Amino acid sequence: MTGGVTRAEYCVVACAEAWRGDGEILAAPMGAVPRIGARLAKRTFAPGLMLTDGEAMIVYGDPEVGGPEVVEGWLPYRAHLALVTGGRRHVMMGASQLDRHGNQNISCIGDWKRPKRQLLGVRGAPVNTLNNPTSYWVPRHSRRVFVERVDMVCGVGHDRAAAAGPAATRFHDLRCVVTDLAVLDFATPDRTLRVRSLHPGVTAEAVREATGFPLDIADDVPSTREPTPAELRLIREVIDPEGAREREVPS
Amino acid sequence: MTAEEAVGRIRSGMTVGIGGWGSRRKPMALVRALLRSEVTDLTVVSFGGPDVGLLTAAGKVRKLVTAFATLDSIPLEPHFRAARERGDIELTELDESMMMWGLTAAVHRLPFLPVRAGLGSDVMTVNPGLRTVTSPYEDGEELMAVPALRLDVALVHLNRADAQGNGQYLGPDPYFDDLFCEAAAEAYLCCERVVATAEFADAGGPQTLLVKRHAVTGVIETPGGAHFTSCVPDYGRDEAFQSAYAKAAADPEAWREFTRRFLSGDEERYRAAVAAFGREGI
Repeated sequence: MTGGVTRAEYCVVACAEAWRGDGEILAAPMGAVPRIGARLAKRTFAPGLMLTDGEAMIVYGDPEVGGPEVVEGWLPYRAHLALVTGGRRHVMMGASQLDRHGNQNISCIGDWKRPKRQLLGVRGAPVNTLNNPTSYWVPRHSRRVFVERVDMVCGVGHDRAAAAGPAATRFHDLRCVVTDLAVLDFATPDRTLRVRSLHPGVTAEAVREATGFPLDIADDVPSTREPTPAELRLIREVIDPEGAREREVPS
Repeated sequence: MTAEEAVGRIRSGMTVGIGGWGSRRKPMALVRALLRSEVTDLTVVSFGGPDVGLLTAAGKVRKLVTAFATLDSIPLEPHFRAARERGDIELTELDESMMMWGLTAAVHRLPFLPVRAGLGSDVMTVNPGLRTVTSPYEDGEELMAVPALRLDVALVHLNRADAQGNGQYLGPDPYFDDLFCEAAAEAYLCCERVVATAEFADAGGPQTLLVKRHAVTGVIETPGGAHFTSCVPDYGRDEAFQSAYAKAAADPEAWREFTRRFLSGDEERYRAAVAAFGREGI
């Protein structure tokens, strides 16, 4: 049983797990749930992680807590980009569209020349995906996001990296995709998306239904792990007492 | 010099680099002066924020070179978005790091610099002019050759400057302002306060002296000149005003009213209108 654990809390734990074993690198979360997840990872099983204040400082401690936040380093944009290309960073980006190979789009929907919906732009997705470990966070798993083909490849997927040659694949490292329904990864022979775990209460059918391409889900696919009581306390009382996670993934 | 004098040096068709990042430390007083000028047909190079939005909405931009346009606390820049959806502007969409290396190449007088970013992405598809280069060393890697982003003019805003054109930033991030200045044939530096050179040392260590006078053509004192973007520690972003901007941008009639109220006069009138807006306590 879920024991009162919310869907958002499973998502936080699943995001935290993305940084397990990463060592002394920068965790770069985008979105509330990944941010809480990165802080949970740092406070529990990944103490070596570095975190930023969302701008130019590396902070030790936790800005979500009332206590003092200690700056341990300076990371303005240029230095941040150096960290990206040096590989000492694992980013969890958002995705307006994502395909089975891991190509991601945050630039625009429709024809690039005259888009139906202009979004943010490519931002750092091309440099991120070719240089440092990259995961994705999708707060609402749907056919609009998981599409057959993305309209503009910003983050580079496995097929496109392979086609671009050794300089593109050398440090290309897509890790996982956490959604409000499941955790997915690329651990298939052709390195396309598969379901690694389903969040408790979610059926395989629901995930297939919300995905815009055929998705293999093993009969014995495990459930996303339960948070420990200590992790739940940290999430609820220390890292996110305001409940930002529940606003991003409503129960 | 004044913002009008600086903008008076800009000709239609020029390539103008604008410093800051998103809705942070943008040289908005100079952008507003540009809005009041006759200049048009600009190529704008920017880590885009409301500078891009305002110039685009005013029809000043022919071509935009950017990796994004955002208002930070409001994720999407509404005017940029509308201009793209109407097909009003040409776009050279590059990755953030490609922008940085393009400016760096220009600073170093190189035709390009090699990077990995861009390979495999549609940045190459939508910019068919981009080329790759093969490493002459044993690795033989084929990398992206980011072309130099040379600028006719750069516009930046810093916290302090002296009359000679030395500029000091007191916030947490230099962004790419020194690169913009050095990549440009002429650079105009506006600042919160012009100080005596000897005063720099009181405000911060030598590493805060970001822009050097050899790269600056003119200095303009524009207190509040980054408004409504942030210029910490002097002031943060004016979130109430920014929301009003974004809200007005969504509707042509509301935008005409916003333009009339805030952008139809000089900088002094702008400040007075902003002060009146603040008193309304919206």
